[in-house]
Amino acid sequence: MESLRVSLAAVDWAIVVIYFAFVIGIGFVLRKYMKSSEDFLESGRSLPSWITGLAFLSANLGALEVMGMAGNGYKYGMLTAHFYWVGAIPAMLFVAIFMMPFYYGSRARSVPEYLKLRFDEKTRGLNAISFAVLTVLMSGINMYAMALVFEVMLGWPFHVSVIASAAVVLAYTYLGGLTSSIYNEVLQFFLIVFGFAPLAIVSVHQAGGWHGIQERLADVPGMTSIWSSVGSASQNPMGIEIAGLVMGLGFVLSFGYWCTDFLVIQRALAAKDLPAAQRTPLIAAVPKMLFPFLVIVPGLAAVALGLALPEKNGAPVYDYTLPLLLKQFYPAGMLGLGLAALLASFMSGMAGNVTAFNTVWTYDIYQAYINKKASDKQLLWMGKMATFWGVLISIAAAYLVKNFDSLMDYMQLLFGFFNAPIFATFLLGMFWKRATGHGAFIGLALGIAAGVTHHILKVKGVIHYSSDMAAAFYGAIVSWSTCFLITILVSMVTAPRPEKELGGLVYSLTERPKQTVVWYMRPTTAAIVVVAVVVALNIYFF
Amino acid sequence: MGLDIRLPIGLMFVILGPMLLVTGLVQGESLSRNTGASMLVFGAFMLIMGIRGQRRGSDS
Repeated sequence: MESLRVSLAAVDWAIVVIYFAFVIGIGFVLRKYMKSSEDFLESGRSLPSWITGLAFLSANLGALEVMGMAGNGYKYGMLTAHFYWVGAIPAMLFVAIFMMPFYYGSRARSVPEYLKLRFDEKTRGLNAISFAVLTVLMSGINMYAMALVFEVMLGWPFHVSVIASAAVVLAYTYLGGLTSSIYNEVLQFFLIVFGFAPLAIVSVHQAGGWHGIQERLADVPGMTSIWSSVGSASQNPMGIEIAGLVMGLGFVLSFGYWCTDFLVIQRALAAKDLPAAQRTPLIAAVPKMLFPFLVIVPGLAAVALGLALPEKNGAPVYDYTLPLLLKQFYPAGMLGLGLAALLASFMSGMAGNVTAFNTVWTYDIYQAYINKKASDKQLLWMGKMATFWGVLISIAAAYLVKNFDSLMDYMQLLFGFFNAPIFATFLLGMFWKRATGHGAFIGLALGIAAGVTHHILKVKGVIHYSSDMAAAFYGAIVSWSTCFLITILVSMVTAPRPEKELGGLVYSLTERPKQTVVWYMRPTTAAIVVVAVVVALNIYFF
Repeated sequence: MGLDIRLPIGLMFVILGPMLLVTGLVQGESLSRNTGASMLVFGAFMLIMGIRGQRRGSDS
């Protein structure tokens, strides 16, 4: 990996240090406003939508997103854009228009708490415990990936990166809670854009523009188009076909993440009112649909330019696409900006996970099971303690992944097992008043079990797929379908809750608020515009 | 919540932008120069918006 090593000039160091100073400074300024658990864990539900919207997107811009998608751009080309235009935008619009009124309107403080209000305690418990465990593990993965990159690029020892990043994230999340995390995510969003946009421009320019890239990669099928090669799994580098892509990625995995994962939903719940909460995913959808040009296209340009990635065990390490491009194209000064942008992406991912963890731990585990009569002072104290312990567990997870290489894959697999079926639970909970708590719990448990069984059968060679990605998409479909069907079946034979208890929680039993704004300011109008642009992008890159 | 986030964002970009701009001018690197200039303009815009927001907040 020596080929990725760079040396930093004084100006590069200065940029990184200034970035750190601002990030911690924001937490420091906000600490005096943290007077209650609502301030610390929910931002006092006071933020404008442009802030929560950018944070909604930025919390998702962790290590695996930015570096992983650039690597996927190198490996799969423009097909990777499906993770945005099919695998994110429709779900973001759906959660804004249809689900946010229930999340925000029910006054639930977290996603598991909505499950408690709609179903029962055991469904909340299953979701809360699995989410809390997986969230800190994901934070550890972010930390591990960051430490690895800085070890390879700068020669920093693994523990220096882990401890330094953990200390900075802990400082600003402990001091300023969710508000600090959200404010920093906004700052980090702009830094990521300014850090990587020049890289996209210069790499594409070097490759001869978009037409130059198309000409250079004309012999590799499916690299510069997104739909023309998905008719058959054998025709594209991802090894997927249209049904698995649309159902698995575009519906189950995408809706499972964007519509139910508290990491992102928490940002919308911090908005000052329901219209602002609804605008949150809509605002996030605008930069999200343009992100392929920031992270995927540079990866594609790297292939077109014939840049060779470092290898491990004889195989290219795709995650090093972005560091390779930084080294190739960025002079002194820009390198510091690029590294600060990388740090920003890692830290926004870590802080997002930690602040989601401390809220679920405090409200859905501590207050629900350990200290039911906890005062607000105790909740605030526990929120801060959970932040501290969340970061410590993340550090432990980072070392665990370092020592057991394959653990990272297992953790991501595990995340998939839980994310896929939960969307069926929410869909039925919000749109079918007959769905019961027993149905939701058993459906969710069996949905997870179905996903695990599907994976075991695939590993044992009983079922075959053209690629691991196709297997992941179909595994998600199996898991979701099982949860959906079992929830319906069990609900049919168990007693539903009285309708009067479900107002504000179920679509058909909730009065729709009157639209008081002009038509062009309504969420549906914004959603239609976003859909039109995404359709146009799909047609252009067909 | 007390702090207008546009202020620290603007301030950071107003500091980082000129650093890159000067580096670009000294090194003759157009990439650093253009990025620095863009960051400076963006930072100034955020700063102005943040200051206006603060003033409006204190007036009301």
